[in-house]
Amino acid sequence: MSAQKRKVVKERRLILKHADDPKYSNGISSYLKVGGYEMLKKSLKLKPEEIGEEVLKSGVRGRGGAGFPAGMKWKFLDRKSGKPIYLICNADESEPGTFKDRQILHKDPHQLIEGMMISAYAIQAKQAFIYIRAEFFEGAKILERAIEEARAKGFCGDKVLGSEFSCDIVVHRGAGAYICGEETGLIESLEGKRPNPRIKPPYFPAVLGLYQCPTIVNNVETLCNVRHIMEMGGDEFSKIGKPNNTGTRIWCVSGHVVKPGYYEFECGALTMGELIYDVCGGLLPGRSLQAVIPGGSSAKVLRADERFKGTLKDGSDFDWGIEDIPLDFDGPMAAGSMSGSGGVIVMDDTADIVEAMANVNAFYAHESCGQCTPCREGVLWMRKITKRMCAGDARQDDADLLLSVANQIEGRTICAFGEAAAWPTQSFVSKFREDFVKKAKNPKKKKGSLQLI
Amino acid sequence: MISKAKEKLITINLDGKEVEVPAGMNLIDAAALHGKEIPHYCYHPQLTVAGNCRMCLIEMGTPMRDRATGDPVLNEDGSPKIGWVPKPVIGCATNASPGMHVKTASDVVKGCREGIMEFLLLNHPLDCPICDQAGECRLQEFATDYGRGYSRYTERKNVKPKRTRLGPRVMLDDERCILCSRCIRFSQEVANDDVLGFVDRGSFSTLTCFPGKELANNYSLNTVDICPVGALTSTDFRFKMRVWFLKETKSICCESSAGANTIVSSREGEIYRITPRRNDQVNDSWMTDSGRSLYKSVKSDDRILHPQIDGADDSLENALNTSSGLLRDKKVAVVGSCRSTLEELFLLKRLSTLLKAKNFLRGHFGDDDGILQSADRTPNLRGALVSGFEKEYPSDNLKKLNSALKKKQFEAVLVVGEDLIASGIDAENLMGVDLIHLATHSNQTSYLAKVVIPLLSHFEKTGTYVNRGFYAQSFEQAVPGPAGLIPDIQILTKLISLIDPDCSISSNPAELWETMSKVRNSVLKGISFSDVRKSSIHLDGSNWKNLPFVEKKALHFEPLELSSD
Repeated sequence: MSAQKRKVVKERRLILKHADDPKYSNGISSYLKVGGYEMLKKSLKLKPEEIGEEVLKSGVRGRGGAGFPAGMKWKFLDRKSGKPIYLICNADESEPGTFKDRQILHKDPHQLIEGMMISAYAIQAKQAFIYIRAEFFEGAKILERAIEEARAKGFCGDKVLGSEFSCDIVVHRGAGAYICGEETGLIESLEGKRPNPRIKPPYFPAVLGLYQCPTIVNNVETLCNVRHIMEMGGDEFSKIGKPNNTGTRIWCVSGHVVKPGYYEFECGALTMGELIYDVCGGLLPGRSLQAVIPGGSSAKVLRADERFKGTLKDGSDFDWGIEDIPLDFDGPMAAGSMSGSGGVIVMDDTADIVEAMANVNAFYAHESCGQCTPCREGVLWMRKITKRMCAGDARQDDADLLLSVANQIEGRTICAFGEAAAWPTQSFVSKFREDFVKKAKNPKKKKGSLQLI
Repeated sequence: MISKAKEKLITINLDGKEVEVPAGMNLIDAAALHGKEIPHYCYHPQLTVAGNCRMCLIEMGTPMRDRATGDPVLNEDGSPKIGWVPKPVIGCATNASPGMHVKTASDVVKGCREGIMEFLLLNHPLDCPICDQAGECRLQEFATDYGRGYSRYTERKNVKPKRTRLGPRVMLDDERCILCSRCIRFSQEVANDDVLGFVDRGSFSTLTCFPGKELANNYSLNTVDICPVGALTSTDFRFKMRVWFLKETKSICCESSAGANTIVSSREGEIYRITPRRNDQVNDSWMTDSGRSLYKSVKSDDRILHPQIDGADDSLENALNTSSGLLRDKKVAVVGSCRSTLEELFLLKRLSTLLKAKNFLRGHFGDDDGILQSADRTPNLRGALVSGFEKEYPSDNLKKLNSALKKKQFEAVLVVGEDLIASGIDAENLMGVDLIHLATHSNQTSYLAKVVIPLLSHFEKTGTYVNRGFYAQSFEQAVPGPAGLIPDIQILTKLISLIDPDCSISSNPAELWETMSKVRNSVLKGISFSDVRKSSIHLDGSNWKNLPFVEKKALHFEPLELSSD
């Protein structure tokens, strides 16, 4: 891999434009200096539907993991019921490997508030909420202060900027569970209940959401994008990135690279290889790439020596190695995984695949809410199997059993947690079967603590 | 209860067969209408849909429509093309819509059921040999019907508490719990007593009472009934009897005028438990805890087991002869009970007419809980009205009888089932009056009575009650009465024929019903005994709409519905 020959792609920072500027603070004065809240002023002069149209035109896709077009989501909103409409910002960032929203909340909270107020106006929300992950103590404080500042300046609260539109933002500290990030679980939690995800149908948030009222739940990064869409217009925004993959994305790289961190690029501007070797400084000396999880721990793992073949939506055939996968929404999807929340986890050849799998299983077994049978029982079973394997008691048929258990979970649960927990096992076991078989042939007890697996 | 089934019928395709089902009915119920079982744990027809057990996963598809034109997409043969949902869906939360296709027995569905059964049994203790639910356990039934029959699980099972007291009548075995949340939803939605919830998460979730609360409401035992496994057990029934030995008898709760339909379970003449029987017009699937313990009085020490004359045991024949002698050609008061059956009250009315006696009725009243324990604490006050025994509402509770006795207006009193002294009749007023007491249990009145004739308890006889909503509901004999005793209706027919040998009236219920239905202007007109045995029959209560009934609005009961009838 000769990095010198390659043209290094430059970051394009849209969301995190000011975040790491040493002169920039998270106070409102900094934000106002860089043109903050101008887009809110502009938007309030438009009709709410016009903003919705711009967002639809921009093609911006949800940054929370599923990648559903935000403009479409807004269109599903039930406006005929006469019930109040709510906007919820999902700041319960808890997918392992993801740490992008945290940067926004800590370093540029006003950008989120402006994006939320524009969105709230667009959907005519009565009240907006930021549901922030319980562990983000500091983030919650920063947001509270920022909302106070914005309220003092009339950017949120009663009669925003003297207009007829009123909407306040409430910061709600999460309940300390991964499942609180699932939108209907989040809604239950916000209502003060156990965050058991709701069954869909009938409880689609756009129709029967918070307090059974129409509700929009958007990710932090998605809502920030709304501000930029209003700045440049939907059409102009849609020119960033690639068709169907518009805007920028923040990739959170963790694991065995020299420079882990968050990097914002135009969608599709670079490949996995460029991200790992050029942007992140490559692997540690003497190591070779073993696997990459491209979109947070629930995304299917990609094997370093795999070939990814198929036909793209535009009809062209592709034959990629792992380095060639374009980093946008559709690229990792074409490779059989997903870009998810943008959490790229890199594993070099020193990683024990079974232990990595055990760690992922431990996480999901700990986080399953316990509401529906397949997830509740299946995920803990998988955890017990992989833990046993790491404890030196692996068996020949464990790989098949794991795969079968994961298949019994996928597609049969109330929420997408079932898939989130089954996909890692399905992909790890089918792509690294020899590692699982080897564990049984040479049982070796893991040195050190088994606590995290 | 996501959507109430509408009257309109639509056609769906169930496993390749076109069938008619009510529009909007969920697929579990719709399939059941056509004899197809979709196994389920968490779904209960009278509770909200939770969709958490995933046992009812099925394949479903709807006719495809062209996105642009909205026209149906057709196959080559002209049949509508079905867009199958890529993932299995839960039958409980999927409502039938026109043209819907449903597969309840495909390989995918079978695979789902096998998977769910395996998962449910992973951490289940499999302690069926000591489990009270064994024999009526959904886990056992569905494991044999839909499971693989073997387990691939070799890890350690989760360990949870085995005997947690949730309340005075309900015990929880956490290891058996499959977290279906039926008990939680019941407590919230039916009992209006939100005390149960889950704590901890994932497979370690456990059912618990909220801090400082307990499951002590008068409906707590319904959670035991709807628990599909042996997690919730009744402290009263626990470890007492294997359910497969029990004989089940259809009965009616005699606690109040709500008239909950019940099943009395007995073995070898002994009652072990009373559980509710589903009746969507009356009690859904519920009954009170207090109604379940009524069987205990059957075996109590104060049961009257022998006829008595002047306090000494005697034969039934002598007792009846003495009674008829005391009653004939005398000024007689007859005190009836709203706890007697419709048939008994009808015969008592015949008897009192022959004796030219004056009738009195004793009511029993309490608080109304707005569910299934009504303010009228007798099962058959409306039966007393329908039988013609009484026209007035017994609000005064024998006060008139007391003053009439004081004025020496009666020479003899025939009391059926009630305790005069406990009803407020002054004992001195009964001095010099010939008292004939027909009762199940001895009390102050039977000590004063000249003749005492034992009756059978509710559980030992067959009869009919008319509940607060004017539903005539019959119940069957669950256990034999004490040796030597005969049914109450036979005692009354014998008395009638002793008073008037010409009056022939049969004690055979079928013939008795024929007689009752032929009474002029009777609301029982056209109803036979076999009709009322089959199902609850709604009677026209408009004749009595102006009476001051005490019942409040409650489950399936609107006080106003009388005047609109």
